[in-house]
Amino acid sequence: MGDAAAARRRSLPPHGPPARLADTGLYSDFATRTIAPGNLHYSPQYPLWADGAGKSRWVFVPPGAAIDASDPDGWRFPVGTKFWKEFAWSRKVETRYLERTRDGWLYATYVWSEDGSDAVLAPSTGLLSTYEIAPGRRHFIPTVADCKNCHRGGRAEILGFGALQLSSDRDPLAPNREPLDAGMPTLTTLVRSGLVRGLPRALVEHPPRVAATTPRGRAAMGYLHANCSICHDSVGPLASQGVSLRHSLVAREQSDEPAAAAIGHPSRFRAPAVAPGESVWIGPGSPTTSMVVARMASRSQMVQMPPLGTALVDEQAVALLRAWIEQDLLPREQAK
Amino acid sequence: MRMRTVAWPVALLAALAAVSAMAAAKPPAKSAMLRRGEYLVTIGGCNDCHTPWKMGPNGPANDMTRMLSGHPQDVAISEAPSQSPPWTTSASSTFTAWAGPWGVSFASNLTPDPETGLGKWTLQNFVEAMRSGRHMGRGRPILPPMPWPGIAKMTDDDLKATFTYLRSIPAISNRVPDPIPPEAASAAQSSGMQGSSTAPSGTKP
Repeated sequence: MGDAAAARRRSLPPHGPPARLADTGLYSDFATRTIAPGNLHYSPQYPLWADGAGKSRWVFVPPGAAIDASDPDGWRFPVGTKFWKEFAWSRKVETRYLERTRDGWLYATYVWSEDGSDAVLAPSTGLLSTYEIAPGRRHFIPTVADCKNCHRGGRAEILGFGALQLSSDRDPLAPNREPLDAGMPTLTTLVRSGLVRGLPRALVEHPPRVAATTPRGRAAMGYLHANCSICHDSVGPLASQGVSLRHSLVAREQSDEPAAAAIGHPSRFRAPAVAPGESVWIGPGSPTTSMVVARMASRSQMVQMPPLGTALVDEQAVALLRAWIEQDLLPREQAK
Repeated sequence: MRMRTVAWPVALLAALAAVSAMAAAKPPAKSAMLRRGEYLVTIGGCNDCHTPWKMGPNGPANDMTRMLSGHPQDVAISEAPSQSPPWTTSASSTFTAWAGPWGVSFASNLTPDPETGLGKWTLQNFVEAMRSGRHMGRGRPILPPMPWPGIAKMTDDDLKATFTYLRSIPAISNRVPDPIPPEAASAAQSSGMQGSSTAPSGTKP
């Protein structure tokens, strides 16, 4: 690795990220878009819905350092760790960037030019890109506040790089699933290489998977874990709501059904067509009274869930949730 | 002389006992933070929108029996009124429902009722909501006319004082309706749907 590459890999100055993606250390040769060696290309088993974008992700951990996984739900990354996440439809549109500094995580994102020749730092206040993801709908580059809204909603700021998401026991029914290409890491390979340390032995010996009674339930709750438990968990700022959609790997928090607390839980949000008192987070056997489905199926600003970050409904996931609720979850009367 | 010698200490004790009883009868002094919060909520005009108005002998006035409980649940609104330029915004007679380009918004229940108010909110939820303009700090946008951008500039101490005060006021069970998006508010109007809007005191708007 030459001096130029080493210079690209040094920690960012304290006052902010580089003006160009090319200077963040992702590429060893920006002109040919060659990814720098040492930047690990990875894929979580439950991708976050992003309006159908094709996504590529990389992580860099400084040589000799390691990720502390002693808290299975909240991995700790060494200073100098970097993450990149590229969003592409018919062309590259955006690459998001996180760097672990001594003062915490630095958030930035880069907007690709229409001809793909460069990617420059987006304003911290966000930007409506020129790329149309659907007729009349343009992709919105998030604000830094938006980034922190999600990334600081729960136990860990890094969302898609953890024990469950990288488990070698990948869910074949996960919505929007991505292939695990040759060379991509799994939890097992990360532990063996020493890049991840301190993971409880039980999780090393038995790669984690979402506990569910049916394969469809596994996929549905895995989706809720990845897309919703960012905010809706039992330890973050929204813990006061009393509903967790998170599949925790910490024994004291784990339940047989990760979304159990949501089943039958009254919802303060009510869909107009649902009678008062009947709106619940997840209604066994009843997708129409399940507000999780109602809000996933809407992109109205006042209704949609997640509340930001997407402009299109994840139709595949909505269909999965409906089927799971209607066919796999029994109403109390039938369960008895 | 002997009687004066005995009476003086007794009188003093009686006087001390009376003062003590008077002190016990007064309500405990509010903490400085609570007083600060009450002051901020008062001068900040929170009651203007979050406490329903009713018609009194001197005209509209806050119904303080419903202090900070938001839009009354018994005042049903399903559509936005028709308006033409230069008019773009309307308010209900209770001053708790607002119609504009955003649809229809309803002033929320700020009392500590656990099911319909802020009873389950934490200080973090409140501060993040005010700083971000999102429900509970990370949900749907908080709609106009809520002046959160200005409130976002308050100091941490002042936000904490405000929240502390809000947690101290009487809890009132009042389920404020969800906002009506623009397309639904105008669609209801176009379809001829009418919502009742009787003021809680029985007087017509």
